[in-house]
Amino acid sequence: MHGVSALTTTTALTALLVLVASWLLIGALGLVQSNRIGWVARTLFPLGALVALGVAGMGAMSLGTGFAAQTGVLAFGLPDMPFHVRLDALSGFFLLLLGSAGAGISIFAAGYFRHGEGTAPGLLCLQYHVFLASMALVVLADDAYLFMVAWETMALSSYFLVTTQHRIPEIQRAGFLYLLMAHVGALALLLCFGVLHGGSWLMTFDSMRAATLSPAWAAAAFLLALFGFGAKAGLVPLHVWLPEAHPAAPSPVSAMMSGLMLKVAVYGMLRVSFDLLHAGPWWWGMLTLAVGLGTALFGAVFAAVQTDMKRLLAYSSIENIGLIFAALGLALLCYAFNMRLLAALALTAALLHALNHALFKSLLFLATGSVLHATHERSLGKLGGLIRRMPWVAALALVGTLSLAGLPPLNGFVSEWLLLQAFLSTPSIPHAFINMIVPLGAAVVALTAALAGYVMVKFYGVIFLGQPREPSLMQAHDAGWLERVGLAWLALGCIFIGVFPQAALDAIAGVTQTLLGTVVQRGPAPWWIAPVAQAQASYSGLWLLLGMAGVIAMMFVLVRRMYHGRVRRVPPWNCGYPELTPRMQDTAEGFGQPIRHMFGPFFRMEREVPAADDPAPRYRIQIDDHFWHGLYLPLARIVGWLADALSMLQRGRLAVYLMYSFLTLIVLLVFVL
Amino acid sequence: MMPPLNLVTQLLHVLAAGLLMISFSMLAQRRTRRLIVLLAWQGVVLTASTLLVAVTAHLQHLYYSAALTLIEKVWLMPWILLRLMRRLGIEGDSDPLVNIPTLMLVGLGLVIFAFGLAQPISSLATTVTRQTLGIAMAVILLAFLMMIARHKAVTQVIGFLAMENGLFFAATSTTYGMPMVVELGIALDLLVGVFIFGIFFFQIREQFDSLDLHQLEALKED
Repeated sequence: MHGVSALTTTTALTALLVLVASWLLIGALGLVQSNRIGWVARTLFPLGALVALGVAGMGAMSLGTGFAAQTGVLAFGLPDMPFHVRLDALSGFFLLLLGSAGAGISIFAAGYFRHGEGTAPGLLCLQYHVFLASMALVVLADDAYLFMVAWETMALSSYFLVTTQHRIPEIQRAGFLYLLMAHVGALALLLCFGVLHGGSWLMTFDSMRAATLSPAWAAAAFLLALFGFGAKAGLVPLHVWLPEAHPAAPSPVSAMMSGLMLKVAVYGMLRVSFDLLHAGPWWWGMLTLAVGLGTALFGAVFAAVQTDMKRLLAYSSIENIGLIFAALGLALLCYAFNMRLLAALALTAALLHALNHALFKSLLFLATGSVLHATHERSLGKLGGLIRRMPWVAALALVGTLSLAGLPPLNGFVSEWLLLQAFLSTPSIPHAFINMIVPLGAAVVALTAALAGYVMVKFYGVIFLGQPREPSLMQAHDAGWLERVGLAWLALGCIFIGVFPQAALDAIAGVTQTLLGTVVQRGPAPWWIAPVAQAQASYSGLWLLLGMAGVIAMMFVLVRRMYHGRVRRVPPWNCGYPELTPRMQDTAEGFGQPIRHMFGPFFRMEREVPAADDPAPRYRIQIDDHFWHGLYLPLARIVGWLADALSMLQRGRLAVYLMYSFLTLIVLLVFVL
Repeated sequence: MMPPLNLVTQLLHVLAAGLLMISFSMLAQRRTRRLIVLLAWQGVVLTASTLLVAVTAHLQHLYYSAALTLIEKVWLMPWILLRLMRRLGIEGDSDPLVNIPTLMLVGLGLVIFAFGLAQPISSLATTVTRQTLGIAMAVILLAFLMMIARHKAVTQVIGFLAMENGLFFAATSTTYGMPMVVELGIALDLLVGVFIFGIFFFQIREQFDSLDLHQLEALKED
């Protein structure tokens, strides 16, 4: 047994690098016959999915007990700065996430991409696989240089994927905003690494681990990392690009960005804060926790009032990222008070929620892609009743919806339950005020979870249930088989983790062991978890599933027995109206109205209510973000003003330009003097 | 310091002073043709000083360097520039942007600045020629000033070449010249640069019907 694991450790990293290289190769092959769908979509994308499975397998292998971190030096890079790579439990877990969700997305994409949608399919294939490979490389990187190169490749390739339909002005604008935020974030990361090396000027993570930073510099590095990774993950107030970029991208790309890329940012945050900085004083955790909870609530509230299905999911991503960062902050906080077990519990919740979110959010984004292809409609106001036209997509999307809403026996419940368990143990923190304030976070988490449920009822109800709101929806068709396979893969992942949560916890145990030196308690059986103590709290997805199935079966039998033959079919009661039309159904706006009302101060609303005697009444509401008007537009104005002031330098006269360099030279020489 | 080299040092100082004189006269010269001739004279002084250093310090590579200077800076460059000038038909006066007395005063200030700057550096150098570093830097700065003050494209190139002369002189005076490879590279770069400038001149003239740099202001983006 030991010999086998030794063999795998020496080969796992090499195999992973080969897999990443084959992603790049697959991407390059897309250029060979870039307009043949049969070649690009039906051959290359499934191959990419196979590679993704391999990556997931290798990642899972590195999570086993007794796995020692595996390092390597690549023959690429600058003359004195080769690329370093490293595979440990943390990167292994994120590779597992990347591969398992990526496989589903790739299979779906194989059936999804078609002609006439902006960029040529072959080029799209290149960008897509470069995106995947760069995410894997970010996770594998063991020096700041490779990390930043891969990070920027990730940002650029995803930018091109977002702007697939680059002729539409809104998409151009969304792409620009995304690129801008990505670069501002990357700058912060560059500065962060500049602080982390601690004066040694060595860019390997090993030397950063060994560097001793003064508390002030460590705090600076942490804040820069929180800013940089937060910009990529979409933490409030750096979230503005997210609801613009995710809907602009084709659905598989939205799924990758939301499901995978945001998790890479979480990975970066974990790597820097726990591994490179060895965690820090308690206020780091407190800050992350507060930002995370704020983000979660903000995302959930905004998701509730959206009328575009992909924007709704994008805001829901913000909410989930908020929960993940809240859990991460809680782990940092507990670690600072040396409460290892509680920190391990919170970190487990964070990682499990990251994995779950990758699965169910990818699933839902892909489902919206199928709906979009079937109906050419993104606005919730024009959808409805699709469960009859698209039974497969509806059924699989239901799994994702229930997971996102955090209902048992699916995976979303497990991670949110773990997070709540962690919060419920925080009164034991040995600090007078923190142990009073932090448990209140549990209330925010519960509120967010409830709002997420509300959002999901809206999402599913408006799209799939009721009557079609437009006649054109009657022509909608179900997704093709490749798309169904992709959706089903992700749905199965959701169910599996929900029913056998201990399997996921075992995978995460390797990470908490590496980062914190502890693991949460194992449950009594694979389907039974009891992370704190069995007497205090335990959960078994399988038993719950069996119980639910039993009750449903019993009800079915009872109804069959007692009512069979006595079923009447009558038209539903229509409140006395002479005629019911599909337009009388509850709309997305109507469903979100209570939230809009209750959380009024969150929004900046512009509403046009038609007059009573208007012959062609139109109701219009536009909901904006306070951050956009209160923070970003003033900032943009200041930048514009500064740029105008700078353009004074441009005189167009060569003599003046020469004068600039002359004066610079003289000033610099004066310094030498 | 080796006493018998006193004469050589004095000679070198004379040559350096000559270089500075030529720089000043370039600053004051209005006619393009005279400017090119002055540039050639600068080359002559450089050749002489390099040869002098080569003889006193017995450095083989400085002989080549001197020969290279003679060919490139005394003959080739001025010849190209004169040809260009004739082809473009620009032999007339070119008034500087600032009047000449002001320019000379500014130049004077620059020379003092350059000497002050060179003092700590030249006290570190161990070569015979170390005293002349200040002059070399003054030549560079004066050439730069000339580039700023002129508005004909050809004079810009002459200023650029004069700057290189100053750099070359700085190199010989502090470290007995740069390695041969570097020197050859720079010589080639200069040649290529002059060719490219020549092409640009024709382009600029075609575009604006003039070589006056004022025309380039039209390129400014509003």
